[in-house]
Amino acid sequence: MNNPVTKIDEYLETQAKLSLLRFITCGSVDDGKSTLIGRMLYEAQLIFEDQVAALRNESKHHGTQGGDIDFALLVDGLAAEREQGITIDVAYRFFATDHRKFIVADTPGHEQYTRNMATGASTADVAVILVDASQGVLTQTRRHSFICSLLGIKHVALAVNKMDLVDFNQETYDSIVADYHTFAEQLEFESITAIPMSALQGDNVIERSAKTTWYSGPTLIGFLETVEAHKSNIASPFRMPVQWVNRPDRTFRGFSGTVVSGIVKKGDDVRILPSGETAKVDDIVLYKNSLPQAITDQAVTLKLDKEVDCSRGDVIVAAKEPIEVADQFEANIVWMDQDAGHQGRAYWLKTSTTRVNATISDIKFKYNINTLEHLSSKEMNLNDIGVATITVDRGIPFEPYSNNRSLGSFVLIDRYTNATVAAGMINFALRRAKNIHAQKLVVDKSARETLNGHKARVLWFTGLSGSGKSSIADALEQRLHKRGIRTYILDGDNVRHGLNQDLGFADADRIENIRRIAEVAKLLADAGIVVLTSFISPFKAERDMARRLFNDDEFVEIFVDTPIEEAEKRDVKGLYAKARRGDLPNFTGVDSPYEAPDNPEIHLNSGQDSIETCVQQIVDYLGEE
Amino acid sequence: MDLIVHINPEGIEKNINPFDHGSSLHTDVMKTQGLIQALDKYGFDAAFGGARRDEEKSRAKERVFSFRNNAHRWDPKTQRPELWNLYNGRKSPGESIRVFPISNWTELDIWQYIYREEIPIVPLYYAAERPVVERDGMLMLVDDDRLKLFPGEKIRTKRVRFRTLGCYPLTGAVESDADDLPKILLELLEARTSERQGRAIDTDSSGSMEKKKQEGYF
Repeated sequence: MNNPVTKIDEYLETQAKLSLLRFITCGSVDDGKSTLIGRMLYEAQLIFEDQVAALRNESKHHGTQGGDIDFALLVDGLAAEREQGITIDVAYRFFATDHRKFIVADTPGHEQYTRNMATGASTADVAVILVDASQGVLTQTRRHSFICSLLGIKHVALAVNKMDLVDFNQETYDSIVADYHTFAEQLEFESITAIPMSALQGDNVIERSAKTTWYSGPTLIGFLETVEAHKSNIASPFRMPVQWVNRPDRTFRGFSGTVVSGIVKKGDDVRILPSGETAKVDDIVLYKNSLPQAITDQAVTLKLDKEVDCSRGDVIVAAKEPIEVADQFEANIVWMDQDAGHQGRAYWLKTSTTRVNATISDIKFKYNINTLEHLSSKEMNLNDIGVATITVDRGIPFEPYSNNRSLGSFVLIDRYTNATVAAGMINFALRRAKNIHAQKLVVDKSARETLNGHKARVLWFTGLSGSGKSSIADALEQRLHKRGIRTYILDGDNVRHGLNQDLGFADADRIENIRRIAEVAKLLADAGIVVLTSFISPFKAERDMARRLFNDDEFVEIFVDTPIEEAEKRDVKGLYAKARRGDLPNFTGVDSPYEAPDNPEIHLNSGQDSIETCVQQIVDYLGEE
Repeated sequence: MDLIVHINPEGIEKNINPFDHGSSLHTDVMKTQGLIQALDKYGFDAAFGGARRDEEKSRAKERVFSFRNNAHRWDPKTQRPELWNLYNGRKSPGESIRVFPISNWTELDIWQYIYREEIPIVPLYYAAERPVVERDGMLMLVDDDRLKLFPGEKIRTKRVRFRTLGCYPLTGAVESDADDLPKILLELLEARTSERQGRAIDTDSSGSMEKKKQEGYF
């Protein structure tokens, strides 16, 4: 038995049999999450001697336990966290007992760091939700529970912590547990295991406490060692998102990825989505070896029996049990950015292997975190949770998140800051991509352009109120009209009073206003007309959204640039004066921002130049066409 | 594959070394600044690293895709959310991303993998008789005459190995008899100290690794 090789092989064999449980600790601020993890690691003798020495030393400087060991300092790894005695970002710790291996994510309790809690929860199988026995169930307890439920966590431990503060009183404990159950009934948990605890003193963490003789349930570690771990998708049909087309030379072409559900065997019939082409699996290869089959969670390369159109972002599935391809779906959204998410605004949507253009086409509602009531809203603010319709610019293969986390999850990325602004979980498709193939018409835009004798254009004027957009557009239209060019002006007068009369001036309404104008301009351009749009259109995101509707040379952004002082001095309609008095809220330049274009096709200096000069500048740009 | 070697020319000019200038200055000039210079010079979008979350507590806080601004700084207080296995690789010109693919591996995982896949490793990981001096509780290898002895220090030959390899001489050796992989694994299973206890730069001050990482260190 003393032979190290035998001993190591035995060890490796036992290790291979141990299951891995990923869990998080969450709950409100000061409920003792970090202390609990520190205590667990310490009691299970999983902290090395040099770490204990460092901990003792630091507890003297930053500790909150009067010189005793402050276990929270073991996991609060950032200087700012130790200074303030709070957790800001999620910390991952690794430990093992004789029964299981664990990865624990210690997540922050403060509302402002909810995104970091969601980060930790997204990869967890189980949540330990802490409640301070002297405080009871708080808003953050509910928010975290709700996020855990949305992210698909099925089993939770309700750790009623700091029982020492309430003298281990059973009634206090019972009433907190009852209170929590009332709320959690509306969630999708399969089990809730309540445990009375003191993380600080170690009661019911690893050792059963003598102070809670009335409690007969498991200790926390007992719960964690036996709770059902990650449910494998191995019994579901085969799916593998393609991460990479593996083409080392002309003789080999394979598709690499990780199997996210089911099993694939040599000879199986598979289908490539979204194309729908089918093929047989010729070989399943690793770096050196070839395999007869690959199962869920295995990373492999599939070689198919024939040439098919298949690239990164496509999904290879069992031929007879494909998944849906859709370009519009309903999803749960957790908003994670300071900048609010607006209905109608465009973002990047990233799934595990692909990135597409996406628009939040409708915010159906957001939740009141305490009651889970639905609140109507046109925007999502930091830490809001809601349900929205997401539209993407091409069909993507997906599965509902409840069936498959990998094929049902996405993040939204801001197109300007590149920040990850939201996490999404797909519920179901609202529109299958195959149903929206546009019908090809014989008389098309180019036919109409030929008849008109000129190309269609969209001249998009943007600038402050009073900068001269309408006057310049008006003068330009007269010039073009004389030359026999078919034109049409869209401006506040003909749009605000009709098509958009239901919209006000809040950010969400302004975005929707511009979206509709852009869509109308698109129809007019399709009719072969030169469209002049004259709107403040203050946000870059919406102007770019409009631009993406058109071909490259079709969209001409014209920045009518007049300094605010000059525009306010002109104040033709008396609007600035009204806004300054506070009678006109959300007025661009006064209490709502104007985002100037970075690279407009035409930049007019309308503060100094005359209308004629400005018009000439546009005519010169457009040329003789 | 191209191997690009970059050494901070200022550091060479001023002969910055850990023996005369201490670990802190040497790390900053030769590692942090050297790395930043190379990243800027070649304009890399991403740099891969082998750091793991179980190594050290500020690393336990780091994302797999860890964003750096155009000055290569890490801002641990505003990290991008990182859900599931969805990594946001978007960035503006000048910004970059440090990528840590084995974030969730532990020290034991690494050695088990090396053992199972029979991956060759450098001999310094195996125990052998080597000349060392004891300094600040660390066993420093005496490799050549760059290491100047302090009064009272004596070179001794001990059977030592390196549990982790950073730069010389800032990584301390450990006394060990583990001269093959099974013995190394056994030693780790029974270890009562952490992997990074031999790393001098971790203990410059509390929060030391975090500070270095904020400044651009890997």
